[in-house]
Amino acid sequence: MSTELLIFIFFSLLLVFSALKVIIVNNSVKAAIFLVLSFFCSAVLWLLMNAEFLSIILILVYVGAVMVLFLFVVMMLDINLSNIKEKFVNYLPLGLFIFLVIALLLILFFDNQFSDVDRNIVTEINILNDNNTMNLGYLLFTEYIIAFEIAGIILLLGIISSITLTQQKNNDNKYQAPHDQINVTKSDRLKIIKDEEFRK
Amino acid sequence: MIPMSYYLILSSILFSIALAGIFINRKNIIILLMSLELMFLSINFNFIIFGNFLSDLTGQIFVFFVLTVVAAESAIGLAIIVVLFRNKKSINVDDIGGLKG
Repeated sequence: MSTELLIFIFFSLLLVFSALKVIIVNNSVKAAIFLVLSFFCSAVLWLLMNAEFLSIILILVYVGAVMVLFLFVVMMLDINLSNIKEKFVNYLPLGLFIFLVIALLLILFFDNQFSDVDRNIVTEINILNDNNTMNLGYLLFTEYIIAFEIAGIILLLGIISSITLTQQKNNDNKYQAPHDQINVTKSDRLKIIKDEEFRK
Repeated sequence: MIPMSYYLILSSILFSIALAGIFINRKNIIILLMSLELMFLSINFNFIIFGNFLSDLTGQIFVFFVLTVVAAESAIGLAIIVVLFRNKKSINVDDIGGLKG
């Protein structure tokens, strides 16, 4: 048994275990911690598949940013866990059934479907050298440059929408009041003063 | 060399765990979002597996974009949960029936 296979078996078992813990555990903070563990395991497995850049990105961006965001939200909300806990068992048979059906279907489909796949069926036209990050950067900034810019716009959209959603009304701030501005009439703004009155 | 089917079976098990998680945790909407993250992880797994075994880097490019979109999605989703909790004082899925859908 080679070292690669040993690493694969260890981290895949850990990944399945932590994914199960994410959905079973009642406490949301613990679930977030187990989600971090499963991201870490899958980063190791991505390293085995020569995706170095993406595994580092998964650790830095996901564990470092998105999961911290999850933890912040979980800790900000004061959740009453008691009524969440009691009906957990009711849906367990349904969940188990769904899990077994989907897992069996996918495993039977994938088991021998791609065993004869040729590793070099696609000509290695994209491979510049052995540096994964350099190759990805080259592809990203030449062939996929428009998609890359659209990804930036999507991130900007995320920033703007999450800020506007969570912004609270504060009376110290100055806001526009479009409703009042539209409904204004001429008499509100303009006052005609007769010439004689003005002279008095 | 590890056979491709091992990786594919692992990712399908991960996907079905996440799907079962959506059915089991029908009360806590935050764990629903975490199950969604697990689902996206298994999809990314499939992209990387096929990209690696066909010697094509396009799979990894797609994973990059999926990660971007998922980051924006989870940020907006968590913002919606914060607003919802501020208004309803609960994150139970049953209490969120305001639209009568």
